[in-house]
Amino acid sequence: MPRPGFVLDVDRSTPPILFHHGEGFRFEKLPPGRSRVIYPAEPIDPIKNPDGAIRDALENPIGDSEPLRALLKPGMKLTIAFDDISLPLPPMKSPDIRQRVIEAVLELAAAAGVDDVMLIAALALHRRMTENELRHAVGDRVYDAFAPHGLLVNHDAEDPDNLLYIGSTDQGEEVEINKRAAESDLLIYVNINLVSMDGGWKSTATGLSSYRSLRHHHNPKTMRHSKSFMDQHRSELHSSNWRMGKVLRDSGVKVFQIETTMNNNVFGTEGPMSVLQKREWEWTLKDRITAMGMKAALDRMPARSKRSIFQNWQAPHAMTSVQAGEVEAVHKITTENVYKQHLVSVEGQTDILTMGLPYISPYNVNSIMNPILVACLGLGYFFNLYRGKPPVREGGVVIMSHPTPWEFHPVHHPSYIDFFDQVLTVTHDPVRMEAEFEKSFAEDEWYRHLYRTSYAYHGVHPFYMWYWCSHALQHVGQVIIVGGDVRAVHRLGFKAASTLQDALEMASDVVGRDATITHLHNPPVLMADVS
Amino acid sequence: MSPMPITRKQAIDLTKRLPINKSVKGFSRAGSRATRMVRAILTTPPVPNGVEKVSKEKNIGANYDTDWARSYPARFARVVVLNALMKPIVDLIATPTIVGTDRLADIDGPVIFAANHHSHADTPLMMTAIPEPWRNRLFIGAAADYWFANRITSPLSALLIGAIPVERQKVSRKAIDQSLELLKEGWSMLIFPEGARSSDGWARPFTSGTAFLSSHTGAPVVPVYLRGTNKVLPKGRNFPRPNPTFVVFGAPMYALEGEDSKTFAARIQDAVAALADETSSDWWQAQLRAATKATPAIEGPALGAWRRSWSQGTNRRDARRKWPNV
Repeated sequence: MPRPGFVLDVDRSTPPILFHHGEGFRFEKLPPGRSRVIYPAEPIDPIKNPDGAIRDALENPIGDSEPLRALLKPGMKLTIAFDDISLPLPPMKSPDIRQRVIEAVLELAAAAGVDDVMLIAALALHRRMTENELRHAVGDRVYDAFAPHGLLVNHDAEDPDNLLYIGSTDQGEEVEINKRAAESDLLIYVNINLVSMDGGWKSTATGLSSYRSLRHHHNPKTMRHSKSFMDQHRSELHSSNWRMGKVLRDSGVKVFQIETTMNNNVFGTEGPMSVLQKREWEWTLKDRITAMGMKAALDRMPARSKRSIFQNWQAPHAMTSVQAGEVEAVHKITTENVYKQHLVSVEGQTDILTMGLPYISPYNVNSIMNPILVACLGLGYFFNLYRGKPPVREGGVVIMSHPTPWEFHPVHHPSYIDFFDQVLTVTHDPVRMEAEFEKSFAEDEWYRHLYRTSYAYHGVHPFYMWYWCSHALQHVGQVIIVGGDVRAVHRLGFKAASTLQDALEMASDVVGRDATITHLHNPPVLMADVS
Repeated sequence: MSPMPITRKQAIDLTKRLPINKSVKGFSRAGSRATRMVRAILTTPPVPNGVEKVSKEKNIGANYDTDWARSYPARFARVVVLNALMKPIVDLIATPTIVGTDRLADIDGPVIFAANHHSHADTPLMMTAIPEPWRNRLFIGAAADYWFANRITSPLSALLIGAIPVERQKVSRKAIDQSLELLKEGWSMLIFPEGARSSDGWARPFTSGTAFLSSHTGAPVVPVYLRGTNKVLPKGRNFPRPNPTFVVFGAPMYALEGEDSKTFAARIQDAVAALADETSSDWWQAQLRAATKATPAIEGPALGAWRRSWSQGTNRRDARRKWPNV
């Protein structure tokens, strides 16, 4: 029986806590008496027969939907869209959940005599997936059957011929999505829900949309009104996507949503990496030797080698639920299942929030975690992993641990380089950068060309990463990065500290000497349910 | 006058000179006894006249006892041979493309791998293609009259490929019982349900033994389609020649409730045919054909022998591409 997450009050007997630090670790002693650590739940038990569960979900849909078998007709136009490389994190061991679901869907489609089938990676403004990444997501069988005929493609949000303007919401938000998806008799969306922000109408209204549509909710105003964007009842991002979903539904786009959840088994229960998933006081002698050995080796290893080791890691995630049918009804159940794994009850806020940032975020799979992504992972994702209120009080301090190298992937993140040099040198204010710089990056022909033909994130993407931090930047009084490249940290507008003790000392200027501390222990991710 | 008595020494010498005792000349009395004892131990006593001679079962063929080949030392030796010898040779000559192992991800426990059979190359190819954890805890049903034909091939078959003898000439439960026992002990099985190698490249009908074993142990059957091994080492040839091969693993199959072995065997054969179709076109086209029951049969067309062979087309040696003379 997996143990639930819990909050540990730090005292003198508490061992040093493992902080992830990019492609390495730090062991930190938190001040006793005024610190607490939020530990995630252990991985919940997976479904024993995932393929059977998928077939069952397709036959017994949720909400106002017929079984998939009944929706499939000979001669129909069928489009299957699926989540891109940003999910799950880290990439999971083969077979990927998407492969299992897509194969089950295609078996039914074949039995129904559906010939006109197309698969689309719903990547919005993310980079295109490479052949290997697509193969991993959908499996060799599906890839070999569809890709050579041009029937398995990456969504192109800058292809005017393949986008269709559907209409606008009652608040004037334009809805424009992939033309093939919009004109299909049935659009099946295959989703992986890693965090509660994923899924629902966000899958189609964001994943298959264009800049014209995305700009209505990917902006500082929406992000500042999403408290947090992981809590759909208090997320303006969620509300906007739901309004767009209504436009899609009313215009006749028929969506059959298939959502899956997975457990947080990131490093497994065996092998050297499994120590990263255990609670420190439960480490055996072997675990302690492994952890120390890994740290010593990683500290001495070149960055490229470390990155290669971690980026090649495939997590033994396993599926914990699958539900299919009408979008909103499905997503409601999905969210409950996500919460079963992630929610940890936490009482009250503290003055300081600490977090060890790992090597991976949704936007640097098989890539480099540049300083902008470090900020986004900490202040965008981890900070927002709460329900109720943030674990740190307003005006408090966030301390993040990450090497924050001044390093960018030139193929994946070309516009990030210019954003770092041209925008962050002028302002850190998301509202100002939106007004002054966003349009020129979003409509830059070179970035557009790289997004469409190479493997680059869209020109506007680094702005979105900064907007993601809007709520945190507005909420906290100071951000300190421990162990980061000082110049890069300063460019981000944050303070740099060599050690956690230094960071706490610096934080005392803002929150006082006896400040209380909350540490988010991750990965795996958790969601603090703060009362 | 009474004769002169001879001394003891003279008596011994006299005895030794007698023709009947020539053969023991030079041996002491004690030595002769030891020799006799050794001979008595080593020599099979003759069957007395009038007693019916009981023929002793030879430890070869279907009677060969292979239990020793599953001991830890033998398994270790097999792992060494498999990885150090068999795999490099297979990779060099057969250059296998292995697909579909992701379909085995949810299996926990022993498996029956059922493959079509073209060639002796099928066995080493499968042994190196089957993934962990099944690879190193595997036994193979092998024809007793071929693989266990004499005292040399029997232990080699048991040791190198983990074979157990299967009687082809007559009906016997021994191999079935042994297979059931091993499957229940957690060993996985490689079996060629056709019973023999194909003579013309097309498959033979699958026998129901595989289905029976699965039904009685609950172990899933994983259908496997092999392509190209008939060109590596066709029936009738002794030396292999390089040729690319494909190994396609299918999804695990279980007997349906109330399904008899014959029907299950037919399903396994259809599954292998679907895998064959998958490799000749692609997975989606194979699915579409399977849905309309248009999957090409792996048994080939119901034609005369030469036309069946002829319809294989590309199997002919002269069909290989040659450089033009310029």
